[in-house]
Amino acid sequence: MTDDPRRTPLYDLHRSLGARTVPFAGWDMPVQYPMGVMAEHLHTRAQAGLFDVSHMGQVLVTPRDGRMETAALALERLIPADVLGLAPGRQRYGLFTNDRGGILDDLMFANRGDHFLLVVNAACADRDIAHLQTLAGVQVTPVADRGLLALQGPLAADVLARLVPEAADMRFMDSRVHAWNGVDLWISRSGYTGEDGFEISVPAPELHSFAQALLDQPEVAPIGLGARDSLRLEAGMPLYGHDMDPDVTPAQAALGWSIPKVRRSGGAREGGFPGDDAVLAELSSGPAAIRRGLRPEGRAPIREGVAIFAEAEGGSPIGHVSSGGFGPSVGGPVAMARLPAELPDGATVYAELRGKRVPAAIVPLPFITPSYKRRGA
Amino acid sequence: MLKYTQDHEWLRAEGDEIVVGITAHASEQLGDVVFIELPDVGREVAAGEEIVVIESVKAASDIAAPIAGTITAVNTALSDAPGRVNDDPLAAWFFRIKPTDPAALDGFMDEAAYQALIG
Repeated sequence: MTDDPRRTPLYDLHRSLGARTVPFAGWDMPVQYPMGVMAEHLHTRAQAGLFDVSHMGQVLVTPRDGRMETAALALERLIPADVLGLAPGRQRYGLFTNDRGGILDDLMFANRGDHFLLVVNAACADRDIAHLQTLAGVQVTPVADRGLLALQGPLAADVLARLVPEAADMRFMDSRVHAWNGVDLWISRSGYTGEDGFEISVPAPELHSFAQALLDQPEVAPIGLGARDSLRLEAGMPLYGHDMDPDVTPAQAALGWSIPKVRRSGGAREGGFPGDDAVLAELSSGPAAIRRGLRPEGRAPIREGVAIFAEAEGGSPIGHVSSGGFGPSVGGPVAMARLPAELPDGATVYAELRGKRVPAAIVPLPFITPSYKRRGA
Repeated sequence: MLKYTQDHEWLRAEGDEIVVGITAHASEQLGDVVFIELPDVGREVAAGEEIVVIESVKAASDIAAPIAGTITAVNTALSDAPGRVNDDPLAAWFFRIKPTDPAALDGFMDEAAYQALIG
């Protein structure tokens, strides 16, 4: 990677807001603003945070014959989810798997009436697009001329409704197109923080003015990747390349919920995706190790790579932390690790930190209570 | 008068002891501090020996003893409220050390030299 990092259309705005930027997945991205990671995190949970996530890949998948069933069934060849059953205007979470049943990437996919919109991780985007282009019957179009914002927090809906009144009527995982000043916004009510909120795709030329219009609202602060990571960690959401990768299966990543009955053994559209035999067998039998939450005693964070032991002394590691840090809303360290499934919630394990074993409780995920705006809520 | 190390510690002589903390520049670079592990009082340390663990929201770092000597006190209040390092880094001292060599402070940077270092 000798190329200079790419910049989103908001790079100058980030700099003018005092952001510290870091290389991330080939992009120069804001990691924090002068407010600092802790305050940005807490602000998002209390009011509304604006994230530039334009580095993420947006991809359109359009059926060549005009029939959405064609595109849905094509995507089901790569994604073990119910794509066919997804109603227009709705979005779901899914995974790309490899031949061994490992996870190539995670993604959101939305039914937009006559095509699907996929949002994939920045680091995987090129590979995902090449992967999608192997499918027959669909046209795969990377969206190169739009940026992506996330507006997250309990006041996100109130704020967005001032600019886009129709957004208030959306429910969790709705996907809609609404206009702002004559600009088509692709809006989904979703996010990566555990809070209510929206992800908003904006044409690149209007991205700055729309972001500024949001920042002009008194409840909104710009939030960097540092707080995005601690927010998603507290929300128990896995991060690709850390909590899952090509050697980790959906069951091991605790993402079996994204694979519905219709794609499992005995379902109407059972299997038919890469690694299906391995993935389905493990979902039936249960994985030996699965992603769990950890609450270490004391205040010291246990970070990615820290070895976890069953005993206070001796023995071999039973797992390693895949994501970990300080949870500002929890008020203490939180972590995730793949650990033996037979250990019950509440069991004490030991994290080896600077040569000492720190007790940590296995706890259910998430660490905070999400506040999504579900249907009927 | 404060002296400074290349590692962004401030040093303040008080009687025959030296009080040690980290500079505002260092605390800004670290980000929000969430955990601090201090050395035991009475411990004899060598110059350069890593004796404090400081964890921010971003990463773990160590703070080295700037000089050889004996730890005479540590700021236990930081263990419960590590964010004080960000709020007021000059007040948030980490430890006091009685140097083996009474002239130990002589070689360190003054304010002007430190400001030149951090630009």
